[in-house]
Amino acid sequence: MREASRDKLKAFLTLLPSMILIGVFVYGFIGNTIWTSMTDWGGMGALALEPEKNFIGLENYIDLFTGFLGGGFRQDLVNAVYYSVLLLAGAVGLGMFIAILLDQKPRGEDVLRTIFLYPMSLSFIVSGTIWRWLLAPQGGVNVLPTYFGFKPLTFSWLSSQSATLVFNWQDLLRILIYIAAFVLILVGLFLLRKDQGRAIKRWLVPGILLGAFVWLFGGIIPDALFMEEEHGFNLATLGIIMATIWQYSGYTMALYLAGFNGISQDLRDAAMLDGASQFGYYRFVAIPMLKPITISAVIILSHISLKMFDLIFAMTGPDNAETGHPALTMYLTTFRANDFARGAAIAIVLFLIAAMFIVPYLVGQYRQRGRR
Amino acid sequence: MTTRKITPGSVLLYATLVVLALFFLMPAYMAAVTALKMPADISLPTAWEWPDVVNWASFSEAIGLLRPNFINSIILTLCATAGSTILGSLNGYVFSKWKFKGSDVVFTLFLFGMFIPYQVILIPLFQTLRSMHLYGGLPGLILAHIVYGLPITSLIFRNFYAQIPTALIESARLDGAGFFSIYLRIVFPLSIPGFVVTSLWQFTQIWNEFLWGICLTRHADNPITVGLAQLAGGQAVSWNLPMAGSIMAAMPVLAIYIFLGRYFIRGLLAGSVKE
Repeated sequence: MREASRDKLKAFLTLLPSMILIGVFVYGFIGNTIWTSMTDWGGMGALALEPEKNFIGLENYIDLFTGFLGGGFRQDLVNAVYYSVLLLAGAVGLGMFIAILLDQKPRGEDVLRTIFLYPMSLSFIVSGTIWRWLLAPQGGVNVLPTYFGFKPLTFSWLSSQSATLVFNWQDLLRILIYIAAFVLILVGLFLLRKDQGRAIKRWLVPGILLGAFVWLFGGIIPDALFMEEEHGFNLATLGIIMATIWQYSGYTMALYLAGFNGISQDLRDAAMLDGASQFGYYRFVAIPMLKPITISAVIILSHISLKMFDLIFAMTGPDNAETGHPALTMYLTTFRANDFARGAAIAIVLFLIAAMFIVPYLVGQYRQRGRR
Repeated sequence: MTTRKITPGSVLLYATLVVLALFFLMPAYMAAVTALKMPADISLPTAWEWPDVVNWASFSEAIGLLRPNFINSIILTLCATAGSTILGSLNGYVFSKWKFKGSDVVFTLFLFGMFIPYQVILIPLFQTLRSMHLYGGLPGLILAHIVYGLPITSLIFRNFYAQIPTALIESARLDGAGFFSIYLRIVFPLSIPGFVVTSLWQFTQIWNEFLWGICLTRHADNPITVGLAQLAGGQAVSWNLPMAGSIMAAMPVLAIYIFLGRYFIRGLLAGSVKE
């Protein structure tokens, strides 16, 4: 018995150094960054060994979201949202599509799998450098159609100034409430077949009420900004999105392929005997079964898209405002402009967005472990 | 399914796969073609054409320019990979076979460190390394990679050790083996594949990392990714050099991927927290 408890102590002591390291380097540092974001650390003496820092509360955040000089950051944030959504749709969609194709066991499957997955092994700096050359205005992708007898494309991939889906930042609060209402209604419709009463009471009615409220009385909701400020989906970010999808759809393909292979042949045969078509098999059997994989892929891709820095740095350099991203702005603000407090505030905004996905996911995983 | 007939479906399948494969190979082809051209022959409209004269000089020039970065990256990657996998293995052993009250919570708290955007710890990391006199050189960067590698290495080893039957550990304990002798005599010898998977994953991640490389090291200690970014960042440079540099920077991980692809993919899947 004494031997056993000594072993338990040894086990704990083995883990202790890592616990301290993670405690300090992850949680301590996050706390430190939160504190830094509430100071005015920056400017001339920022790099001094004992820099002057004064507590100023949430001023940095207020400035980022509503301040006169925060417009660039707000555009970066909008870029990041579009970037994440399109990356998720593109990489999950294309990855799943390729996995289904390879699941038909074509000849040369091994070679094809190798081809689809190799971008994943590359550094973002490497792929960014190559894609920048591929997306050069009068070359690369734009001249490809000439080899098939068409005119060359004239799209300026990384430098386009046009934006679509433009909205006014003043309306941000209203738009956010509309989105919340939309999500509520969507979830409600989704649950309608399963539990009608709850779906209507908990989701549909509040969603419709919320939407109607903003529509009718939207005027009393305060403007987020005192002047008009337009933000939209910058077409210049399309090239970056394409490069990221190229790099990461092989990864989702590998995840789904592993999942498809894990489904027993019996189940597949049974579905076929029941008259399911190939399409029906994936639509109603295989893909629903792989929901945990889809969730993992979404979590991993969204956190990658939120910290996306190297690829954008390599593709457009630090100076292209059209393709800005908070992760890149954070680096430039902190280490180029020495504005540490503002950089910290940007980092915390990114962190909070990431935590929205990750904390529920990790809690879910933890509960699952507890059940076993 | 042994005899394959040509059906419209299979034609469509293969045609789609070929088009997709070409799309995925396009950047690799472009990099190779541009790196092999004479600098004077590189022009935007003819970017896709194979060079008339194959010119290998760009590679030797790129090697000359990036050699210090390459050596830095090798030292960095080997040290940080070794450190994080050994610690991760011990952690995984505790997390899977020596659970104590609250160890699952600790494990979840570890995993969180894997998903944070690293920007959120960058400023205190920079400050801490500076006050430890580790800022600017390789040791500080190695330390950072070891610490932030712990979540993923602990996760992979924990899942790997979960496959070792607990009965094996129990019977060793009945025979009088303690915590460390069980690890050294039973668990460690069984974990060679786990070490391969984890080291390959860490090697790839650390080799490819850029943010800490650029924020935490001085010029002389820049890893290869930072060296390549500087080589490619200048506007006046002709494109053969960055392309040759890209190929050079990609080579070690591409080689791992091509020759040890099975382990690479297992690391990839293990990193998805799927249990």
